[in-house]
Amino acid sequence: MASLEILSYPDERLRQKSLEVEHFDQTLWDFIADLEDTLGVGPGAVGIAAPQVGHFQRICIVDVSGRKKTKNHGHLVLINPEITEWDGFKLGREGCLSVPDYTGNVVRAEKITLEAFDPEGNELNFEMSGYEARAVQHELDHLDGLLFLDRVVSRRNDIFDRKVYKPKPKK
Amino acid sequence: MANWYMLTLVGQDQQGIVAQITQTLFENGYDLGEASMMRLGGNFTVMLMISHPENKNGDDAIAIIKDKMGLCVHSVEVSGGLHQHVEPNVRVTVLGTDRAGIVAEVTGVLAEQGVNIVDLESDVGGTAQAPIYIMHIEGVATNSTDDLVDKLAPLNRDGIEIQVMDIETLVG
Repeated sequence: MASLEILSYPDERLRQKSLEVEHFDQTLWDFIADLEDTLGVGPGAVGIAAPQVGHFQRICIVDVSGRKKTKNHGHLVLINPEITEWDGFKLGREGCLSVPDYTGNVVRAEKITLEAFDPEGNELNFEMSGYEARAVQHELDHLDGLLFLDRVVSRRNDIFDRKVYKPKPKK
Repeated sequence: MANWYMLTLVGQDQQGIVAQITQTLFENGYDLGEASMMRLGGNFTVMLMISHPENKNGDDAIAIIKDKMGLCVHSVEVSGGLHQHVEPNVRVTVLGTDRAGIVAEVTGVLAEQGVNIVDLESDVGGTAQAPIYIMHIEGVATNSTDDLVDKLAPLNRDGIEIQVMDIETLVG
């Protein structure tokens, strides 16, 4: 196992489209172990996609379970993932391991239906929403050579979830 | 390492002004760092980080177009540099009737709560008879935003609404 070098924009390889995984074998599992190590090294990233380390197969890891009050499906290794349904949209701020020192606001679907395979080749099916759905959409973009930079709408005047003052109950 | 100057230019807004300024700086050997241009009250305003191999402050280049474009110029050497972003994690929006002292009141609470403001913009919309005040602040909060919401709550009066939003940056 080893942590791999992360490609940084404007490296043209980040624009490459990744190919489907065909063999669920030891070679795949070894690569996933390295990708796991690489994600572990990154500063607080909730996901990573194979092309970010110059490996052009449709593989990504998403794990938002470390974030408070966030609906999630745990640690996900997704092979040949595909979003089959989208619903709603929401603005949120994103950054990327491959785009250091820059963040921007991106619109993503609020809810998605995701189909994928696990590393053993078993079918997976998820209904996801919110932060986890956003993370999946960010990673799947990498598999098609897209970066959040392609989707940044604005750095200003955006709408996030509002926190409303609720008077504390009197004791 | 480059020495940066902060060049501030203010003047009457006119079409092509940004192109003229940046082209003149480029032709005179300047590099640009981060920049922020805004139209404030119909005026053109820009702050540009500039650097020059001979450590010049921009006055020589701007002198060429200053009078023609009616620009007020100020340049000062600064200690900062590029790649020093901090990620804001809270956003405060102030909306409503323009009220004297509101900026001081809101930013006073933020300072007291340990929020470091990294971005602030305010605007006046509506009409001359019924102006609307709109301010957006982004900052780095070290305390819980729930506390911030509580502390800002008393300022929600006389037609002013204050909203606090968490900004959570997803890195993938």
